Amino acid sequence: MADGDWDGPTVALRARARAKRFRLVSLEKDYDMPKRVLLGLLLACGLAAPALAQEPKTGGVINAVIQPEPPGLMLAQVQNGPTQMVSGNIFEGLLRYSPKLDPLPELAESWSVSEDAKTYTFKLKKGVTWHDGKPFTAADVLFSIEMLKQTHARARTNLAQVDKVETPDDHTVVFTLKQPFGPFLGIFEVGSMPMVPKHLYAGTDWKTNPYNNAPIGTGPFMFKEWQKGSFIRLVKNPNYHEKGKPYLDEIYWQIIPDAAARSVAYETGKVDVLPGGSVENFDVPRLSKLKDTCVTGAGWEFFSPLAWLWLNNRQGPLADKRVRQAIMYAVDRDFAKDVIWNGLGKVATGPSASTIKFYTDDVKKYPYDPANAKALLKEAGYKGEKIRLLPLAYGETWQRWGEAVKQNLQDVGMTIETIATDVAGGNQKIAEWDYDIAFTYLYQYGDPALGVGRNYISSNIAKGQMFNNVEGYSNPEIDKLFAEGAVATPDSKRKEIYEKAQKILVEDVPVAWMLELQFPTIMRCKVKNLITTGIGVNDGFKDAWLDK
Amino acid sequence: MLSFVAQRVLKGVIVLLAIVVLNFFLIRLAPGDPAIVMAGEAGASDQVFVKQLREKFGLDKPLPEQLFIYVKGVVSLDLGFSFRQQAPVAKLIGERLPATLLLTLTAFAISLTFGILFGTFAARFAGTFFDTAITVFALIFYAMPIFWVALMGILLFSVTMDWLPSFGYETVGANLTGLAHAVDVAEHLIMPAMTLGLFFMATYTRMTRASMLEVKRLDFVKTARAKGLSDAVIQRRHVLRNALLPVVTLAGVHSGTLIGGAVITETVFAWPGIGRLMYDALLQRDYNLLLGVFVICSAMVLTFNLITDLVYRLVDPRIEYAA
Repeated sequence: MADGDWDGPTVALRARARAKRFRLVSLEKDYDMPKRVLLGLLLACGLAAPALAQEPKTGGVINAVIQPEPPGLMLAQVQNGPTQMVSGNIFEGLLRYSPKLDPLPELAESWSVSEDAKTYTFKLKKGVTWHDGKPFTAADVLFSIEMLKQTHARARTNLAQVDKVETPDDHTVVFTLKQPFGPFLGIFEVGSMPMVPKHLYAGTDWKTNPYNNAPIGTGPFMFKEWQKGSFIRLVKNPNYHEKGKPYLDEIYWQIIPDAAARSVAYETGKVDVLPGGSVENFDVPRLSKLKDTCVTGAGWEFFSPLAWLWLNNRQGPLADKRVRQAIMYAVDRDFAKDVIWNGLGKVATGPSASTIKFYTDDVKKYPYDPANAKALLKEAGYKGEKIRLLPLAYGETWQRWGEAVKQNLQDVGMTIETIATDVAGGNQKIAEWDYDIAFTYLYQYGDPALGVGRNYISSNIAKGQMFNNVEGYSNPEIDKLFAEGAVATPDSKRKEIYEKAQKILVEDVPVAWMLELQFPTIMRCKVKNLITTGIGVNDGFKDAWLDK
Repeated sequence: MLSFVAQRVLKGVIVLLAIVVLNFFLIRLAPGDPAIVMAGEAGASDQVFVKQLREKFGLDKPLPEQLFIYVKGVVSLDLGFSFRQQAPVAKLIGERLPATLLLTLTAFAISLTFGILFGTFAARFAGTFFDTAITVFALIFYAMPIFWVALMGILLFSVTMDWLPSFGYETVGANLTGLAHAVDVAEHLIMPAMTLGLFFMATYTRMTRASMLEVKRLDFVKTARAKGLSDAVIQRRHVLRNALLPVVTLAGVHSGTLIGGAVITETVFAWPGIGRLMYDALLQRDYNLLLGVFVICSAMVLTFNLITDLVYRLVDPRIEYAA
């Protein structure tokens, strides 16, 4: 007997009743929405005006939460989220990106693109030094690229289009591409391409280099101390290349493994900043109401995390497009947003998040429609075959979401068995295609060529790896469109191509897109300018200051 | 005595090696490996990259060869290198071990001292309100999961009363030294140690009470009374001493459970010990680190058991005589 068959109807009824209750609440909220928005805008303007007028104040210490503890701080070798959040203060990339994803200078002060869109010339900022006082030069850029090709899977993929890199002088780097590559200017933020000091790594065994645990970068903060299991301490870089910055003296990243304990640490005033995803979503409304607390959802524009259900297109009922479409109709995504994610985020319309380039919502729509889902399942000849569902082992919110989706699917007559795993085990199962439906969320990195196409092109079907086309969807037209979209110029042409691709994908439903996720950052209102770019807290605290 | 210790140490080393081999295979039974975890974190799929990682970690070698390399290392006191944390395993464990020892030994001392004390009082005043109160409280603490006690403790003593810090080993950024630092650490230690200790304290209370009531009925206690010894002397010298045997046995057995409890306590209270290191290593499939923690924990349990055997003989000289 499948999991939940016995008490399925009762549980489902209860869930529906709960959903109705919650929906009523959210409707009430909706009536008030215009007023709230207006009030919010007024407040924001009212608060923003003095903030803009205020000169940043120097000094002070920020205590922020980091979880889980980063395994290392050498961003070129470890790419997990916490590492980037801490090391984004220590290391820098050539560029950073605005909330609208326009490139901004960082270690490169200017850049130009040749007419044939194959040559990119970066002029590096002069007077930049590493934390040990040695100058940062084009040789470091060249070395970093070589290192990242071996240690950073995403950088390696992003650099595949590069034919050669030249350094005509100490402050110029020229990239020549094999062919035009539309998103090329989008691959230079610190997490995607951190700069590594050549003088400390060249000729050494990178994996055992002592600087891996006491990193030297060019960033606004320097590594000072790491009490394993307790905290990581960064101190102000007095020789930082942006005059007057950073404003803060120190940052303590406090390592608190339990989500409830992290909430308490904020409540009791022990930490000032809870970066997005630090606490369970059900705690966000409560913490947001605390005195002197400000909340922002900004800072995720570059990453644009999009959650979906992998659907194994290869075998069983899910090989039929109608069953996949039925799943899109069967899952109540508004309920997930309003109840499980406490109103945070946005229902996804397709493979692209609305914040990345070339997004369109002019695609087939899949509202919550169990009747339509049942009809499609009947048409497809689904006879109650067992379908395995893998939730994501990222905590309580994801667990609840897994249960809700299971109930939604059971409501339309599907037989669902939940498979419990931890993160590594789940990844292995997905990579080995040993699943039917599996939760995931992936970053989109601002451009369909960087973070969307990888999940749908048939050349990315490779057993044993994650985050590629693990669903096994194969459509020559989609392959062609993504291949063309990456190299097409100008942007209007790319837009046309990607819009067409989105329409085809949404019709075919290779995966079931759920929500554009939002991870709110909670902080004391005295913390100003914490998030100034589309990379958010992962971009370092160089603009942040304390209004003491 | 010395030959007994030597014999036990030798047996301990053999058990330890058996644990290493068993755990080596158990860990690898879990789906996923470090290369999969790290490639996943990079957010990209690249067959060559995963292959390179496997080669770097030595995971491409046949399993028996990997085992041979690891055991060879352990025998020469080298616990290997954590590729995940980019540091030698011994160093990583060394950084965390003192905190775990402080927590577990404090919890152990609290649980044993108060457990025996309350158990003795309950037995002494058996059937009274005092006995019932102790028994009921012991039952409550015995039944409550550690994480629940921890969260309730935080809610009461940190959030509501603001008496104790809710997490950590020390006040971060305070840079305290000397006595001030010791007091600060002690303040941070109270809640985790009490949380971890309460369950075991409840166990020892119930065990001591039951054991003392049983011993009280034995003939030699009657003889002692007939000899005209005072009640206090009978309780202390005759009843308690004999009643302690099962408690000491249980305490030895609990050394492993105590470390298991430390994993939960350290997680809730952000206590920087090896329990959390083990948990993180498990999630990240950091094979060498996980095995290293297992080796150290096993060694600790074996040492605790050896100490228990020695204490057992001290409490009851007849056992030494029998050996």
